[in-house]
Amino acid sequence: MNQIKNFTKGFIKENPVFVLLLGLCPTLGVTTSAINGLGMGLATTFVLFMSNLVVSVVRDAIPNKVRIPSFIIIIASFVTVVELVMQAYLPGLFEALGLFIPLIVVNCIVLGRAEAFASKNSVGSSLIDGLGMGLGFAFALTLLGGVRELLGAGAIFGFNLLEGDLMLVFILAPGAFIALGYLVAIINKFNKA
Amino acid sequence: MEYFVIIIGSIFVSNIVLAQFLGICPFVGVSGKLSTSVGMGGAVLFVLTLATMVTWILQYYVLNPFGLGFMQTIVFILVIASLVQMVEIILKKVSPSLYSALGVFLPLITTNCAVLGVAILTIQKDFNLLEGVVYAISNAIGFTLAIVLFAGIREHLDLMEVPKGMKGVPIALVVAGILALSFFGFTGLV
Repeated sequence: MNQIKNFTKGFIKENPVFVLLLGLCPTLGVTTSAINGLGMGLATTFVLFMSNLVVSVVRDAIPNKVRIPSFIIIIASFVTVVELVMQAYLPGLFEALGLFIPLIVVNCIVLGRAEAFASKNSVGSSLIDGLGMGLGFAFALTLLGGVRELLGAGAIFGFNLLEGDLMLVFILAPGAFIALGYLVAIINKFNKA
Repeated sequence: MEYFVIIIGSIFVSNIVLAQFLGICPFVGVSGKLSTSVGMGGAVLFVLTLATMVTWILQYYVLNPFGLGFMQTIVFILVIASLVQMVEIILKKVSPSLYSALGVFLPLITTNCAVLGVAILTIQKDFNLLEGVVYAISNAIGFTLAIVLFAGIREHLDLMEVPKGMKGVPIALVVAGILALSFFGFTGLV
């Protein structure tokens, strides 16, 4: 029961984007379409999962004073792995996400979970926490990407749904802020109810 | 002329916060008050310029000659983290008044993606060292401009009657969207 709660908290109740408002840079930057959002979300999930795993394994070996730099190195290593693998096997997505792949390093969610959860909990619950938080992040990005793609280009995952005059602004930078603002308001409403 | 294009381009046309989405966390987090946002802007200007210089030198004199390009992410973030720590220590010793003004913002800057983002962009755009420094300074000015404008609006927003569900972050994000929309007017300037 506890582990299930631990896993699902990332989706709505403690959703990193909508509730905790962490990692907003990639959230706004890459969500021009649902597929980009999903790709970024899964890449971050992988980094979060692996860094939570390593941090929880070595947490007793790291002196307290140098723990933050150590966490950053662990995270940066996995980001480099993602960067190289994606460049080799998914060049299209790599191109679309661009600068935001190396920027996973400074995504506050990853360091935040390492510091707040993995450095204090067992390997098993850290893994579940990483997976849940990561998938919650991916869910948020896909949702935002889907909304923006639907309003701006009339499609979701590239499938055309709407015809006629569309609100192109939602694909552009200003639309990202506005769409996220309304989504946060809606999620807030859900959480209070 | 070229420097002019870099300056106008990075302050107005592709503003680092409103068009490139870098440094959103401090943009939303520390923009509640005008005075703190000015302090944050100053700290970013300081660290961003230093970090871009140091990472540029490392990229061209260490990483490239030894074929270690793939280590870029790890090396850059380490440099930035230690640089921030160093600046903090030096500032505390040399200029306590500046430290008390910028001090609280410095630790936050390590995870400000604007710093790492600009360092990587400088390399990607093949700038030389001087162009890189100009690029870094103008991006920092662009960041300060955006965050100060936004803080000014938010101070007024506190006095407005906002619908209950939109209070706080949601309305701030919508305001940021409108601010970004107005910066869109600069498109095509350079």
